[in-house]
Amino acid sequence: MHTFLIRFLVVLGLVAPLAPAAANEGGYPWDHFPAEKMTDIAALQNGARIFTNYCLGCHSASYMRFNRLHDIDLTDDQIKKNLLFATDKVGDTMRSTIDPRQAKDWFGTAPPDLSVIARSRAEVGKGSGADYLYTLWRTFYRDDSRPTGWNNLAFPDIAMPHALWQLQGERRAKFIEVKNPHEEGRTEHRFAGFEQITRGTLSNEQYDEAVGDLVAYLQWMGEPSQGTRVRVGVWVLLFLGLLVVITWRLSSAYWRSVH
Amino acid sequence: MAEMQTAPAGAGSGRRLLTWIDNRFPLSKLFNEHMAQYYAPKNFNVWYVFGSLALLVLVNQLLTGIFLTMHYKPDAAKAFESVEYIMRDVPWGWLVRYMHSTGASAFFIVVYLHMWRGLIYGSYRRPRELVWLFGCAIFLCLMAEAFMGYLLPWGQMSYWGAQVIVNLFSAVPFVGPDLALLIRGDYVVGDATLNRFFSFHVIAIPLVLLGLVVAHIIALHEVGSNNPDGVEIKEKKGADGHPLDGIPFHPYYTVHDIYGVSVFLFIFSAILFFAPEGGGYFLEFNNFIEANPLKTPAHIAPVWYFTPFYSMLRATTDLMVNALCIVVALAAVAAILRGGFRAGAKVAIALVALIAVYLLKTFDAKFWGVVIMGGAVLILFFLPWLDHSPVKSIRYRPSWHRIVYGVFLIFFLALGYLGSQPPSPAGNYISQLGTLVYFGFFLLMPWWSRMGVFKPVPDRVTFNAH
Repeated sequence: MHTFLIRFLVVLGLVAPLAPAAANEGGYPWDHFPAEKMTDIAALQNGARIFTNYCLGCHSASYMRFNRLHDIDLTDDQIKKNLLFATDKVGDTMRSTIDPRQAKDWFGTAPPDLSVIARSRAEVGKGSGADYLYTLWRTFYRDDSRPTGWNNLAFPDIAMPHALWQLQGERRAKFIEVKNPHEEGRTEHRFAGFEQITRGTLSNEQYDEAVGDLVAYLQWMGEPSQGTRVRVGVWVLLFLGLLVVITWRLSSAYWRSVH
Repeated sequence: MAEMQTAPAGAGSGRRLLTWIDNRFPLSKLFNEHMAQYYAPKNFNVWYVFGSLALLVLVNQLLTGIFLTMHYKPDAAKAFESVEYIMRDVPWGWLVRYMHSTGASAFFIVVYLHMWRGLIYGSYRRPRELVWLFGCAIFLCLMAEAFMGYLLPWGQMSYWGAQVIVNLFSAVPFVGPDLALLIRGDYVVGDATLNRFFSFHVIAIPLVLLGLVVAHIIALHEVGSNNPDGVEIKEKKGADGHPLDGIPFHPYYTVHDIYGVSVFLFIFSAILFFAPEGGGYFLEFNNFIEANPLKTPAHIAPVWYFTPFYSMLRATTDLMVNALCIVVALAAVAAILRGGFRAGAKVAIALVALIAVYLLKTFDAKFWGVVIMGGAVLILFFLPWLDHSPVKSIRYRPSWHRIVYGVFLIFFLALGYLGSQPPSPAGNYISQLGTLVYFGFFLLMPWWSRMGVFKPVPDRVTFNAH
């Protein structure tokens, strides 16, 4: 009866299920993306640089215009000199030159458009899309059983090879077999840490910073007006707060005469 | 024709213009009838603000919708892109789009609260049956409007949600597959579907909706508002012919509602500007992926305002159909033994029950799921004739009636929650119980609503001066 009651409450959403259980069922738990990067212009600019250098070769962001980068304080000149590879017009959208059909032959699937990727990958109860992407970029490992030679903890059997491997270096994932807590006699394949094989050009801390910048940029690109939204929102709420007080007093003034 | 009036000598230009208009159009008359001399009970509480708020959100949806239509492309190849175009390249497009998408959820929040108010204070009782019926029709239109509008962004949830719901129609016996084909205009949800849903969403349903809203308000102003005490204020009139417990809607309730509107806008804006996705409930995360007919999402959930009804659909499994058969049989036995019918009627009841059980077992459970889901909305229309309580308001009903309403509410919310979650065995049992509670609440109302000891209803409304 007791367990049934708890289950009932869990189902009703009145009691949150224990976190580890949920994490186990939903795959590899996500790390927390350092959200303070969203207000760090230098981080966003660096993210834009990494994005155009490492991602745009295969992935488009076809709803995003280069000159929207003005919003993170980049000038047309800076964009032209550093970020334009497949076009010379800053008013163009970010389109990859990869042939989607060839890409499908190479990877088994066409690389998705990344304009709103950060918004689409959030999961209720698991984390934001930025958390997911931040985890994804920190959990690539060498796996010779995969066609690309790479695998990922956050996205098992991912079709994409580790595009930032030169920065991070190559790593192997260690797995151990542990007893399955739910089923007698069965074992579970459990992740038990990474092992560096070759060094990358960045240290671990530098790599985390770079990936954080990239994810911040992806998050920003998902909704470039988010800064404006929050800024305008503060003023709107201040105005409406004042309006609430005024209309409340106005209403009271009229109703004082009603007995 | 009324006699031509002339403005008093020396009147200002405004007064003269008004006289000129009033001689040709009943402007002052309409204003007086519906605002300045429309007497509303003075004991309205906070529950009575949601009608005005619903009107406000309707206007918001219409105005933002007009601007979205200027930039949106109802074309399967361009729809998703055009929404992102609105979000990025159209000046203030993001604001208009969020006002519309957050407004859709706000509309349902406000309307659900408005309906709950009607439920607990008996606002559907005589003489307000038509007010309630128009309201239920508005709710039905709103559901159609929201469902069709949700396809337009052409994301994965838009697409697969529409696919699932339209497929339901194919469960209708005999004509089902043709009916689904007629709705989709194609064998799968596609460009043809998007175009017709766009047409329905921007013109057909809004027209009906506006007409119904006008009818709802005209009917309301004909009979006058109910109030938390369920007392008819028109029965106690003063020497001036106005209800003693009534006050003119304008200015008292206009200032009151403006205050309510301000509070609402504050909350609405807080969501709109700081959490426009509503935690994945107002804008589902999966809907930021363009529709892909070849890739079915692992978990398809409708938007939150449909989930209670979606839960009932999912709850209707073979087990549930068997349970319904037993319920029908028990009801028939009870009616025959205790109903006091004549022999002929008893035979008819037994026959009807047998046919019902036969049909329940003949057609697919999926079809009955559709019937249950549709019935859950349609049953609301019958409420004025299901409630036999001698008093209107919950204030003067037996205390245990509050528990009945409370249980109903808890199960309705639980159904809503479960409908947003992936199916689970425990969840399914609770949904089935919830479905039975939901229908039991209404279908047994003719009996339970008159049971218990009712409290005396006062002659006049209870009102504490502010």
